[in-house]
Amino acid sequence: MKTVDELRKLREEVRQMTRLREGEPEVRIVVAMGTCGIAAGARETLNALLQEIAARGLAGVSVSPVGCMGLCDREPIVEVNAHGGRTLYARVNAEKARRIVREHVEAGWVIEDWVTRN
Amino acid sequence: MNLFRSHVLVCAGAGCVSSGCLATEEALVDEIAKLGLDREIKVIETGCIGTCDLGPVLVVYPEGIFYRNVTADDAREVANEHLLKGRIVQRLLYRDPLTSQIVQTYGEMEFFSRQLRIALRNTGVINPEVIEEYIARDGYEALACALTTMSGEQVIATIKESGLRGRGGAGFPTGLKWQFTAQAHSDVKYVVCNADEGDPGAFMDRSILEGDPHAVIEAMAIAGYAVGASAGYVYVRAEYPLAVKRLQHAINQARDYGFIGDNIFGTGFRFDLEIRVGAGAFVCGEETALIASIEGRRGEPRPRPPYPAAKGLWGKPTLLNNVETFANICPIILHGAQWYARIGTEKSKGTKVFAVAGNINNTGLVEVPMGMTLRQLVFDVCGGIPGGKEFKAAQAGGPSGGF
Repeated sequence: MKTVDELRKLREEVRQMTRLREGEPEVRIVVAMGTCGIAAGARETLNALLQEIAARGLAGVSVSPVGCMGLCDREPIVEVNAHGGRTLYARVNAEKARRIVREHVEAGWVIEDWVTRN
Repeated sequence: MNLFRSHVLVCAGAGCVSSGCLATEEALVDEIAKLGLDREIKVIETGCIGTCDLGPVLVVYPEGIFYRNVTADDAREVANEHLLKGRIVQRLLYRDPLTSQIVQTYGEMEFFSRQLRIALRNTGVINPEVIEEYIARDGYEALACALTTMSGEQVIATIKESGLRGRGGAGFPTGLKWQFTAQAHSDVKYVVCNADEGDPGAFMDRSILEGDPHAVIEAMAIAGYAVGASAGYVYVRAEYPLAVKRLQHAINQARDYGFIGDNIFGTGFRFDLEIRVGAGAFVCGEETALIASIEGRRGEPRPRPPYPAAKGLWGKPTLLNNVETFANICPIILHGAQWYARIGTEKSKGTKVFAVAGNINNTGLVEVPMGMTLRQLVFDVCGGIPGGKEFKAAQAGGPSGGF
């Protein structure tokens, strides 16, 4: 580490290492992963979400699996808590998951067609 | 960089190590790998989280779910139920000692929410053996600021203004001690850290060294810059092998990165430090006996004056501070003296780390603002007396303390 700038650059790169342990994430994504969810492919959905978030270099986003939410016929379910709102998406496959990350999480646009209300 | 969706912190302070946390961690890591989750879930070994009688302890982020008394079998259950299926394992959660209600997360536990962790800012949060995690949380930024934007006098002025007082017990104004050492005329000066911590039952310094060794290293380098020293020693008691190991590892990493050594940050400033291990003598916690011990002589105190700031190690001006005192330096440099002076009371600024033990519900390590009353510490932070019994007495200072 020859200069202060090198230190600050490294800090930016490694910031992600501890971010998850500090305070509230700005965006919380929840994936229903009860047996019904897993049977419907929620694992692939979860992986796609993680990959896309990493690929887009987004910070302050948490992704947590939870048990069955109850909407078993519309799995995989993805709940996005971002930009002050809570949105429930139904039948989210890997491809839809990636679009949700880009359009909703990153750009702030809710994809109305995929939203399920109760 | 791979995105982990969850971090599981395993407390690996010496207390939890003796409660079997390493077996718990191994079982957890193996099970996570077996379930194919090792690219999503990161297991991090940290320093002392503070709830020492509840170990082994796990904290699962991002939610902060707090699990206590986690055996190896329990760890496997947590992996299968919580990490894979998202079902929190209720029976391993913490119960409030007064209400018996389950408290799910770290953030909701009063034991933690009432603390103000400055000296312990990284302890229990980062892996002390990974310097990048220290760097991620503003590590070595204070040293960078001090060396490139402040003069030695300005550093000392900041410490004086903060009101920080020695945390070894004597409470001497730290800034003043730095000033005396800076003003002493000598070609060679030293910075020494007193990590002898002889008081039975005290483990504040041990936990800082085990959990956040870089905090001490960085502070000592800043001190060296301020007083004009280029060599430092950390005198650690031999009974702290884990602290010695983690500190040595940290020193090696800091050297590799160039945070200590020659020409730090290209400023021409040189500072390096070594560990000196004690040999079991309680008296070597006293500063002049400690200095004698480093010199290879028998640990015997001598009359003062002259104080170490004037004539210390090998007769040279020596700045000698306690581990916890050093642990407060970097935040003061980063956030400013006024920030620190706003915490605490008029005569005692900042926070204090306490090792709390005895007939109390939550035994362990806490850091609270100066000015918190004993009643608040015992009842609000540490959950009161077991069995709802009456409070009878508290002794400050442990078995070596006075009445």
